[in-house]
Amino acid sequence: MPDYHAPVDDMVYLLEEIFKADGVFAELPPYSEVNVDLARTVLEEAGRLCSNVLRPINLSGDIEGCRLENGVVTLPKGFKEAYKAFVEGGWPALSLEPEYGGQGLPRTIQILVDEMLSGSNLSFGLVAGLTRGAVETIEAHAPADIKSKYLPKMIEGTWSGAMALTEAQAGSDLGLLKTSAKPRGDGSYTISGSKIFISSGDQDLTENVIHLVLARLPDAPPGSRGISLFLSPKFLVNEDGTLGARNNVNVGSLEHKMGIHGHATCVMNYDDAQGWLIGEPNRGLNAMFTMMNAERLFVGVQGLGLGEASYQTASAYAKERKQGRVPGGKETCTIIEHPDVRKMLLTMLSFIEAARALTVFTALEMDKEKTHPDAEVRKTATGLIALLTPVIKAAFTDFGFETTVLGQQVLGGHGYIREWGQEQFVRDARIAMIYEGTNGIQAQDLVLRKLTLDAGAPVGTFFAFISETLAQAAGQPATAAIAQRLKTAFEQLQATTKKLQAGDFANATDQNGAANDYLRFFALVTFGWLWLRMALTTIAKGEAANSRDKRKLALAEFFTSRILPQTASLAEQIEAGSKPLMALESDAF
Amino acid sequence: MKVLVPIKQVIDANVRPRVKADGTGVDLANVKLSINPFCEIAVEEAIRLKEKGKASEIVVVSIGPAKAQEIIRSAYALGADRGLFVETEERVEPLAVAKVLQAIIAAEQPGLVILGKQAIDDDSNQTGQMLAGLLGWPQATFASKLEVDGDRATVTREVDGGLETLALTLPAIVTTDLRLNNPRYPTLPNIMKAKKKAIDVKKPEDFGIDITPRLKVLKVSEPPARKPGIKVASAEELVKDLKAAGVL
Repeated sequence: MPDYHAPVDDMVYLLEEIFKADGVFAELPPYSEVNVDLARTVLEEAGRLCSNVLRPINLSGDIEGCRLENGVVTLPKGFKEAYKAFVEGGWPALSLEPEYGGQGLPRTIQILVDEMLSGSNLSFGLVAGLTRGAVETIEAHAPADIKSKYLPKMIEGTWSGAMALTEAQAGSDLGLLKTSAKPRGDGSYTISGSKIFISSGDQDLTENVIHLVLARLPDAPPGSRGISLFLSPKFLVNEDGTLGARNNVNVGSLEHKMGIHGHATCVMNYDDAQGWLIGEPNRGLNAMFTMMNAERLFVGVQGLGLGEASYQTASAYAKERKQGRVPGGKETCTIIEHPDVRKMLLTMLSFIEAARALTVFTALEMDKEKTHPDAEVRKTATGLIALLTPVIKAAFTDFGFETTVLGQQVLGGHGYIREWGQEQFVRDARIAMIYEGTNGIQAQDLVLRKLTLDAGAPVGTFFAFISETLAQAAGQPATAAIAQRLKTAFEQLQATTKKLQAGDFANATDQNGAANDYLRFFALVTFGWLWLRMALTTIAKGEAANSRDKRKLALAEFFTSRILPQTASLAEQIEAGSKPLMALESDAF
Repeated sequence: MKVLVPIKQVIDANVRPRVKADGTGVDLANVKLSINPFCEIAVEEAIRLKEKGKASEIVVVSIGPAKAQEIIRSAYALGADRGLFVETEERVEPLAVAKVLQAIIAAEQPGLVILGKQAIDDDSNQTGQMLAGLLGWPQATFASKLEVDGDRATVTREVDGGLETLALTLPAIVTTDLRLNNPRYPTLPNIMKAKKKAIDVKKPEDFGIDITPRLKVLKVSEPPARKPGIKVASAEELVKDLKAAGVL
């Protein structure tokens, strides 16, 4: 099975040279002692753990899968030991609050570690990611006694978390959910109902599993305004923090699925389980949504991480595999000599490195939003995050999946064979396009909500960044062609955006029909922007440019000339409006 | 008992070394550098002794260019208590290192010194032995097992055809082999603490030691590329060729 090498150098390059992270952290009081040097050390050590402990059990975990016997879930061989190493290393606590035992490091470092977890072993990484999501929700909304009772154990990783939202009849539309919660009179509630697709609903890694369950109170109004959030643990917790009786939180079955076989995705039954209200009654969705940006960024990064993993195997293979000859050549050559194979690898790489750049950009904004002393800066950050979250979630997982398919294709027949690991990445990447809000939902969020948020202020701020970079590129002959291509695509994007905000297509049907294409359009221009920034950084170095800088320039050239022109076609597709989508009667399908 | 662990920064074991164009050495610019794997094993062994209550303090020492200070932090992250860094941009040879260590040992008075058996960059495999010679201390090299009891240490060494067990009176020098232990991963809290911990920085002159190299490197070159093989038509021809080559 191929190795995983954590792309720490590229991460440090982005922090140091593109986003000048030392300067950003210096302005954020809780992170004043954080710098790129510390980030590098943390990333290197996390990377070693991912390469040496998590990657070796990725393929075996996929083959073995999870088991449910007599109500007990068992994860594949080696997961328990790996989780022990992960917890002993203190990794679950990385970005969490120091008040409850967290290490209090920035989201920016966390999200880069998340990329490595996803790339080395997504099934494993999800356990930690879900616990973090639950911790952050409890931190933001639970009363103090619940926080001190549950958070320390969850932050150290002794207990895990799960988010129980979906029901058979309530998926994207959670307003339809039926699970009920009745007051017991002692401040707690009785929860009854069944949930499906519950990631990490149970496993044998942790002593306890803390479920955050969406349910309806007896007097709740119908729809999404009648949903409350409850905490319901697998084992009840005594006053002194020790584990008490088993709660009636039971695994009905394990879902049989396409990928992430090493992760237990459960049907959960809450059979009169005891639970506690988190946040206000009927405000459960709002409580959940405060964590949504972070969760969606994490899911987007899963697409990036798997794309990187697939690229590592594909590029190594292409440099060794000998097949065919270069045009006019006599000797058999390695397949990396073939233009078409190069195009596949370059397509992968130009997505991966631009996506990583957007990840760092957005995560730094999240750190600013949380901790910057200036309210104006925090507000701008909030807008940018709101705008970019659906783009990252959907575009990273769409392109990430496509990247894993290319990585599989480079290996030819071997890409279809299990032992090479490439087909697993394809299967594992597929779910990220679906969960945490399908990519269709993300596109709706972008076009129907985010484009007009604050009268279009966030999108205006973001477009101003692109204009600023284009202005910096003016008069630079070395990047003139790259900038020109970006300028063309960017002008088209601005025109289309206007039409969707307030012009010809500013109606729900056209917006709905255009959303998916628009999100891709937006993402491609954003990647083009980041490639221009990286290219300009190379040029600014002049003679001092090293091999990585030159590589960045070549990738910027490739991306803007061979990928970015796809925006012209997307603009034209959107221009056709929703009429062709609605022409056929529903009965005719 | 205080344990002293001298450590060295080397080119990372996973990096493919390249020779500088002018043939003066290996190109280390923009190359990942790490703690020498045998030194990491030495640090781990010292930590295990401390965990067993056999050692009270772990002092790590390194000699090298300014950026090599990083490995003192790596050792802190693993659990070393105190670090001493001797800064020099000069190429240091094993004898010079042993002399600097001798001076440090005179001041620190450790009960045990654990070193890696060799560094994976120059593979000298000399420092531990020279240090034992300079100090007149007993030495056990290539340790695959180490036990400390009072003022005695028992060291198992892997030798051709079996195991050799040595008993030493402390203070002593022990150098580590690959199978002595499996170094732990540093924990995140320890990594963060390590960043803030002080390092005592000195110069070779502080010890009055002349570290000028005694050896001159004439040339460093890549191993010659392997020549392509030939196919022979028959066994007779093969035998003839082998005889002609003087190997039969």
